[in-house]
Amino acid sequence: MKDPCAHCEEMMQPYLDHILTEAERLEAELHLDGCEWCRRRYRFEESLRVYVRQAVTETMSASLKQRLSALRIPLN
Amino acid sequence: MGGATVAEMAEAPPDATRIAAEARDRVRFEEEALALSDQVFRVARHLAGSRDEAEDLVQETYARAFRSWRSFQPGTNLRAWLLRILTNLNIDRGRRRQRAPQTTPLEANDYYLYDKLAETDGSATDEERVVERLSQDDIVTALAAVPHDFRDVIVLVDIGDFSYQDAANILDIPIGTVMSRLHRGRRILKRELADSVLEDVT
Repeated sequence: MKDPCAHCEEMMQPYLDHILTEAERLEAELHLDGCEWCRRRYRFEESLRVYVRQAVTETMSASLKQRLSALRIPLN
Repeated sequence: MGGATVAEMAEAPPDATRIAAEARDRVRFEEEALALSDQVFRVARHLAGSRDEAEDLVQETYARAFRSWRSFQPGTNLRAWLLRILTNLNIDRGRRRQRAPQTTPLEANDYYLYDKLAETDGSATDEERVVERLSQDDIVTALAAVPHDFRDVIVLVDIGDFSYQDAANILDIPIGTVMSRLHRGRRILKRELADSVLEDVT
């Protein structure tokens, strides 16, 4: 039989993307409930996603905002 | 907008009514597009190599969007429509500028980054804290090191919150390609992140 943790690893990213089928999702969650090793990695991968999503960049400059508004086509 | 009253519009020649209606639609389009500019810039900043480049891209995108607003279908995703213009502009520029073909960096296994971080911090028991050992600068730098094709998909899906289907439409590639690039791109990103952490240690 396949190593259940290796199988869980394969399902991890699709699980986080919410694209597993219902049956696969339940299977993944059942394994995660019972496996501390995978659960740690799951928590890490999940927080990494959040962290990347929040990757900060400078906000747009006020002057660019003005330039964008100035691009509007005037009414005539 | 001033606008004619209903009575005046009824008396006006049909042509004038049509023109007035179109002007109204256009103004609404422009306002909705401008309201999205912060979000568009945020994605652009990660797609482009520098802040200046991102600002140029956003400006050119809006100039183009305002000119071709008629091709936007009301009721569809305006943010995706704007990003489609922007990624096309960005890809054109990239191709023009690209000197040598980009080599694809090595991918790591899915857990490579976790293993590296845990390894260099024996006491790590709290996974949410482990991730905090990465600085936001690390993320931005590592992302910039991911080759274009992969980065575009990561930025759209993982930062811009677009669905796979939206990303496929924006980049004009099949959804299967979005998924495979995302898969490989995330691994490349982790490898880049792990490398930057290891550098900090040594």
